[in-house]
Amino acid sequence: MTAAIEARDVRFSFGSTPALRGATVEIAPGEVLAVMGPSGSGKSTLLHCLAGILVPDGGEVHVGGQRIDTLPEAERSALRRDRFGFVFQFGQLVPELTAEENVALPLLLSGVRRREALVRARGWFDRLDLAGLERRRSGELSGGQAQRVALARGLVSEPEVLFADEPTGALDSLTGEQVMDLLVGSARDRGTTVVLVTHEARVAAYADREVVVRDGRVTSLTPAAGLP
Amino acid sequence: MSVPLTLLGLLEREPRHGYDLKRDYDAFFGRGKPLPFGQLYSTLGRLARDGKVVVGETEQGAGPDRKRYVITEDGATEFEAWLREPVEAEPHLQTVLFAKVVLALMLERDAQAYLDAQRAAHLQRMRELTEVKRSGGLVDALLADHGLFHLEADLRWIDLTAARLDALRKEVRS
Repeated sequence: MTAAIEARDVRFSFGSTPALRGATVEIAPGEVLAVMGPSGSGKSTLLHCLAGILVPDGGEVHVGGQRIDTLPEAERSALRRDRFGFVFQFGQLVPELTAEENVALPLLLSGVRRREALVRARGWFDRLDLAGLERRRSGELSGGQAQRVALARGLVSEPEVLFADEPTGALDSLTGEQVMDLLVGSARDRGTTVVLVTHEARVAAYADREVVVRDGRVTSLTPAAGLP
Repeated sequence: MSVPLTLLGLLEREPRHGYDLKRDYDAFFGRGKPLPFGQLYSTLGRLARDGKVVVGETEQGAGPDRKRYVITEDGATEFEAWLREPVEAEPHLQTVLFAKVVLALMLERDAQAYLDAQRAAHLQRMRELTEVKRSGGLVDALLADHGLFHLEADLRWIDLTAARLDALRKEVRS
């Protein structure tokens, strides 16, 4: 089996400050992996390198066997749009758009026609317990509702990999659990691989496996299941 | 907390008289509950009977305090196995976790590797409890939550301790 994502000896510095000092990690297709570690350990930088947002200074990143860190920005951008989904700590919804337009956004950017994009977007409102909120703008949604809209936006294009960076960081415990239940449940139903960055053990416990980033390196006590 | 294994750990550092052992034990692990002499000597007696320690040279005019205890190979093997093995993840483990970290540092063992193994054991248990929550009813969820919050508290302690290992090493080895 080929890894969904593989990073080999990835290095990255912000100016003269090293954030990753040789990070190596493999993620199996369909696996939900929690990336843990203290603040400033490099876990978000690792996510950005895995997702092709940042280009590492050294090492390699492969997605489904294809090396991506050497691709030009336009191709990495297409990869992010067509094969990846994203959920961040603060939903980062576009305030001028309605909830359903926000969810439809990745489809519209991929060239899906507006009517079809909105139909597909609306399909997620029932699944994520958001029915009736389709026309609201982000300012009219609670934190938990906004984050579920962000989750729907991350999943609407049925990505191979969902990257979630502290997706419950701004929510209370109960609301955070609802979001994690939906995130992991939806990903498992579709076989979506999930890379979940979190510093919270109770959030990481939703994952199949965890790795810890410490001083820019990855410690993993359990290898990804089914990979050579 | 396991008194016999903690005593074996202190003897692994160096052979000790009973009185010194009690002083070391109380300094690091007693914390308001000193080890009674009766329990110390009965434990040492059992460890000697089981071949985990032997009584070394006895000084003249010897009372029980003058005996010097030495750990055997069997005792050292049992202690090492205990030190390496993460304890079963359940709430209220602080004394055992604490003893293992302090003894690992005292004896220049890899305390970070122990903490990593313990953290993995805790997270595995948290995954099991999370699955209980996801698949069970509200009563199961409430019980699982109680376990999850306590395990999370332990994990936070594990993380904080990992971040302080260098300072703690200096303190226990001074």
